Amino acid sequence: MKPGLPLLWRKTKERYNLVGTKCETCGTYYMPERKICAKCRRKGKIIPYAFSGRGKIFTYTVIRVAPEDYEFFVPYVLAIIELEEGVRITGQVVDVDPESVRVGQPVEMVFRKIHEDNPEGLITYGFKFRPVA
Amino acid sequence: MAESIGIVGYGVDVPRYRIKASEIARVWGEEENRIVNGLGLSEKSVPALDQDAATLAVEAARRAVRHSGINPQLINSIFVGSESHPYAVKPTATIVAEAINAAPVLFAADHEFACKGGTAGIINSYALLKSGEIEYGLGIGTDTSQGSPGDALEYSAGAGAGAFIVGKKDVIAEIKGIYAYTTDTPDFWRREHAIYPSHGGRFTGAPGYFKHVQSGAKGIMEKMGTRPSDYAYAVFHQPNGKFPRTVAKQLGFTPEQIAPGLITPLIGNTYSAASMIGLAATLDAAKPGDKILVTSFGSGAGSDAFHIEVTDKILDKRNPLPVLEVIKHKIYIDYGTYAKHRKKLIM
Ligand SMILES: [Zn+2]
Repeated sequence: MKPGLPLLWRKTKERYNLVGTKCETCGTYYMPERKICAKCRRKGKIIPYAFSGRGKIFTYTVIRVAPEDYEFFVPYVLAIIELEEGVRITGQVVDVDPESVRVGQPVEMVFRKIHEDNPEGLITYGFKFRPVA
Repeated sequence: MAESIGIVGYGVDVPRYRIKASEIARVWGEEENRIVNGLGLSEKSVPALDQDAATLAVEAARRAVRHSGINPQLINSIFVGSESHPYAVKPTATIVAEAINAAPVLFAADHEFACKGGTAGIINSYALLKSGEIEYGLGIGTDTSQGSPGDALEYSAGAGAGAFIVGKKDVIAEIKGIYAYTTDTPDFWRREHAIYPSHGGRFTGAPGYFKHVQSGAKGIMEKMGTRPSDYAYAVFHQPNGKFPRTVAKQLGFTPEQIAPGLITPLIGNTYSAASMIGLAATLDAAKPGDKILVTSFGSGAGSDAFHIEVTDKILDKRNPLPVLEVIKHKIYIDYGTYAKHRKKLIM
């Protein structure tokens, strides 16, 4: 199911600038953001944090049978990226030959189109990753 | 001393995908040498399926912010020039502002003036600076333009973006003078809802590009009291590899003066970004004291001209990501993949 406009809009900072949260009490990072620190609970002090976007491929898969609206992209790489702050997030890896991808490969955040509803619909933008050249 | 206004940071982005002119010529049964010699370029950049004028603008702007070292919240104006804005209604400038964390207190708008909407954006920000309304301003030229299949434009229409932050503090290149020349000339156009542009064929040359670029360049030199030999470098709009070389010669500039800024032969015509990427590459190579003449061109038609002087600041503020570094990472694709990337297939 597609997210509605209000949810897309609320998530703009997260998608555009990799903004999550950090607990100032224990130094734990959260992406997506959390309102309460899982470790410190009520003692935690949560603040917004923009991740650097640098990280490495923790694990990946090559998508050859795509869901609706992504048929043109196949084959493409979907990976779990471990950011340099230690947080793991899922993202597409672009500008790459899927055969050349490897675990541990350094990647950087890029700003790309995530989804287009249809020729008349909204375009959603946000982060993806690509190998550091 | 009058306060100096000028460039405090710049950035460019060019997609990594490339198609060779020989590959396009093969599909359409054209002779490769005729195309390569005629246009003065042998390959062009192609956007990925998930790149458009907005994503290129954001990457270029983020690099400009990084180069400038300023807090993006101090950028109080963003103007984005393009003839391939992703939306007919919803400004690209809003996407850029949010993505570089410059929102919400700023002047923002999109421009369209064929290939010179980007330099128009620099001029708008320059004017707001000069009037004291803003601290820093951003002008961006970005395009992912298309030529219709088989048309001469298909060999040259590339993709890229150039972003320039102007301000009054730590200026690396002072903008000492601006000039513009505009007429109603039907050399090239695209109607709303049309995918591909129309052009006047040979008519695009003499009354379009050459008349306006010459008038713009001559106008700024007359205003500044300068001659071609006063400039270390010159940058002209570059729809192909040939026109800028010809207009430089006509105006009395040497091939050496335009060499560092001649980037279209390497990546194709990036439209609104072409003269801005050319200026960025020239600044990468420039030394303190160098004078640079820039003349953009937009069909329809008009030229913006700038007299720029490089300051000592450039020595400790070299761009960490020079243009030649950005464009050296390439992935070659064939015409079939290119057609998929540019959505030339009707399914
Ligand atoms: Zn905590």
